[in-house]
Amino acid sequence: MSVATDRPGSGKISRQIVLPWGKSLSMAINSLRIRFFRSLVTTFSLVLAIAFLGFTLTGSAVARELFRLHGEAALPLLSSAGYAVDAAGHGLSAGAKELWLIALSLLVCTVGIVNAQLMSVTERFREIGIMKCLGALDRIILRLFLLEALIVGVVGSGAGALLGLSASLAASLLHYAALDFSGLSLAPLLAQAGKAWATGVGLSLLGVLYPAILAAKLQPIIVMREEH
Amino acid sequence: MDRHSIVRVVGVTKTFTLGKMPVQVLRGVDLEVAAGEYLSIMGPSGSGKSTLFNMIGGLDKPTSGRVFIDEVDISQLDAYELAWLRNRKIGYIFQTFNLIPVMSALENVTLPMIFAGMQSDHAVDKGRALLDLVGLGERFLHKPAELSGGQQQRVAIARALANDPAIILADEPTGNLDSSTGEEIIALLQKMSGERGVTIISATHDFKMLNVSDRVVWIRDGRIDRIENRDELSISIGTIQERHETA
Repeated sequence: MSVATDRPGSGKISRQIVLPWGKSLSMAINSLRIRFFRSLVTTFSLVLAIAFLGFTLTGSAVARELFRLHGEAALPLLSSAGYAVDAAGHGLSAGAKELWLIALSLLVCTVGIVNAQLMSVTERFREIGIMKCLGALDRIILRLFLLEALIVGVVGSGAGALLGLSASLAASLLHYAALDFSGLSLAPLLAQAGKAWATGVGLSLLGVLYPAILAAKLQPIIVMREEH
Repeated sequence: MDRHSIVRVVGVTKTFTLGKMPVQVLRGVDLEVAAGEYLSIMGPSGSGKSTLFNMIGGLDKPTSGRVFIDEVDISQLDAYELAWLRNRKIGYIFQTFNLIPVMSALENVTLPMIFAGMQSDHAVDKGRALLDLVGLGERFLHKPAELSGGQQQRVAIARALANDPAIILADEPTGNLDSSTGEEIIALLQKMSGERGVTIISATHDFKMLNVSDRVVWIRDGRIDRIENRDELSISIGTIQERHETA
């Protein structure tokens, strides 16, 4: 107990507070698991937005593949689906309306995530304050929230991208039933689905940033306030 | 072990601004607490008791004056050093227990040790031992909601002891407990103070706390009204209680 007593001064104060990554990850998973339904609501808005993005992106990829395979022959069907050959004459572009829809759905999704995460931070004020009293640093709190968002992002937007991919494949098969799909390469489709997935992970992290910084900056004294 | 002062409060004042009115909650408090002492801070609500308590715990900063913990002026510490201080030097016990609801008793107790960089296995072993010590050996996997108030406070005491702190700060530790459970908690705190040499500083309304305190500091209107040692207390306590009950 009295090891350090003979040397008064700042020498005794050290600064090493840690939370290993493995432990951070298990805490983040545990926290998501216990608030399963709340996590599900946050995740669900992400799943839907990314499914929409994935559906649109992979739909365009299918159209481009069909244009590559069949050339002009596919054009009537493709243009009836809203695609147009671009000015150079060797590519397809989706309409501006579609891009607008995508942007809007992503915006709504981000706002949804920020909102859900702000709620979750508010609910956990006390818990964050307790951790601060036990010595947690700002960056440990920040890391826990970012990890939770990362998990939600990877799982939620992964599911969304898969959902979008399968939906757009099914829709294409129905819509372009007259065309021959043999020779269609899956790689560009998967690339588009991957893009949707990455976008979802990015959005999820972006959406949690402000609430997480807010949480990290909380002062430990909040635990002394009355229970509401 | 020499009895050096573990906490030294020098000329501390604190002014809050309520709306546009500055309110002086502490008007110059000087206090020294010796290592291993069991100190109670008594005072009506609004006396500045909680504010003083928060200053000693590094949860709030004085407007003027200094607070030394183990001869280190804590107003000079940066965020990392303060976090370290909260983690290693001070254990907190609260009126509302303040366990993390999503974690089991054992996880609550091991968290400060994990923050301190202790290996997981060691932390679990020590956590189990601490829970045994406070009489909760069997219930280590229970969540706070599955424990009674007294049991939750025991977990909180085990958690406060996790990194062998020099000081335990207890804010109304018996405030949310019935009388007999409160007595058990007080006995437990007293035992920890005696066996482990931890300094215990407790803000309280509870007269049962006074019997076990080495000294009692009475706060009134932002100043120390008087400080009584245990031997003086036993004489005056009856009259205090009477006065309190008739009031």
